Amino acid sequence: MISLLIRDLKLAFRAGGGFGLGLAFFLIVTVLVPFGVGPESSLLSKIAPGILWLGALLACLLSLDRILALDWEDGSLDLLATSPLPLEGVVTIKALAHWLTTGLPLTLAAPFFGLLLSLPEPGYPWLVLSLLLGTPALSVIGTFGAALTVGIKRGGLLLSLLVLPFYVPTLIFGAELARRGAEGLATTTPLLMLAGITFGVIALLPFASALVLRVNLR
Amino acid sequence: MSLSVHDLTITRGGIPVLEGLNFSLEPGRALILRGPNGVGKTTLLRTVAGLQPPLSGRVDCPPESIAYAAHSDGLKAMLSVTENLNFWSDVFGRKDISAAIQAFDLAALTDRMAGTLSAGQKRRLGLARLLVTGRPIWVLDEPTVSLDTASVRMFADAVRAHLQAGGSALLATHIDLGLSEAEVLDVGPFRAGPNSTVPGGFDEGFL
Repeated sequence: MISLLIRDLKLAFRAGGGFGLGLAFFLIVTVLVPFGVGPESSLLSKIAPGILWLGALLACLLSLDRILALDWEDGSLDLLATSPLPLEGVVTIKALAHWLTTGLPLTLAAPFFGLLLSLPEPGYPWLVLSLLLGTPALSVIGTFGAALTVGIKRGGLLLSLLVLPFYVPTLIFGAELARRGAEGLATTTPLLMLAGITFGVIALLPFASALVLRVNLR
Repeated sequence: MSLSVHDLTITRGGIPVLEGLNFSLEPGRALILRGPNGVGKTTLLRTVAGLQPPLSGRVDCPPESIAYAAHSDGLKAMLSVTENLNFWSDVFGRKDISAAIQAFDLAALTDRMAGTLSAGQKRRLGLARLLVTGRPIWVLDEPTVSLDTASVRMFADAVRAHLQAGGSALLATHIDLGLSEAEVLDVGPFRAGPNSTVPGGFDEGFL
């Protein structure tokens, strides 16, 4: 298992691996939004949590089709399926590797991007916390979508359409948590909902992903 | 550690391709599958490897005893030869890759990225993976594609050594490997008839 994680991280960081793709996309969104809506900082600080969350979500979406498609194309997915590793473990590690290369850098970079959108000061810890709690769910749900669409040529479009509805609850509660934090309101409810969604999908979805992957490999 | 197949019917894309297959493979033996293109050799090997369920019949083999090698080698272009082999040996819980490197003459290439290898060198690396799995039953799909004669001999030697060590091999190949232990099974006569339908298959209209 650890060797699979190390291999995936190595591949992500080497040439053509796609690390930084999400981060660059996130940067582009947050830099362009002030140009689009105008430099008025009161307006920007109001929409900052939502824009940051939307940017993070779309940045995650961008790299989803790489999670399993590359392994499918070069045949290593077949070989992994016949190896001693359980497929449930394989998809969990794949999701973890995706989070480490996409969700975690986004979370760490978010405060700097929050600065560009003049996020109110009390919002920074809440923004980081909401992304830290929410982005793992994006990776796990995304891996499920990738398992559903593996083997379909150019399955990226289908994958995005399939996965987006499942992202909505995470987006709603994540953005709500960051917004309430920024405005100094009570945060317990969205915090618990966000954490519940994330831990729920981490516990359940790997089994579903492994199941659909087995069907898709036939 | 013997593999046996009983009255197997297999499907490709929902349509039966081979039916009534029976064979068994004892340790130390090799079985070579022959048959025209499209007859279902790859489907049979995938079924034996457990990647897809048979329509009927059963495959009996001890769990986790099969090392499967497909048309594609499962190599990562941006990992070196050593990293590729080390990864698979870790996955299969083994440590030593030097025997595999030696058997397929990869010593001069160990630090090269797999993406920069020639087609034949990639195939050799893909076959070297079999040695690091440590599994007794090899299931190989066209293992000699893009190999030159010297490499084919190298591969035949590796198979022979594996058989002598008590392993067995099920191969789909069209060339003569010169294996005295090998029996040949022509799967052509087992081709599914036009009348064989999927029982309870209500999606025939879509196939």
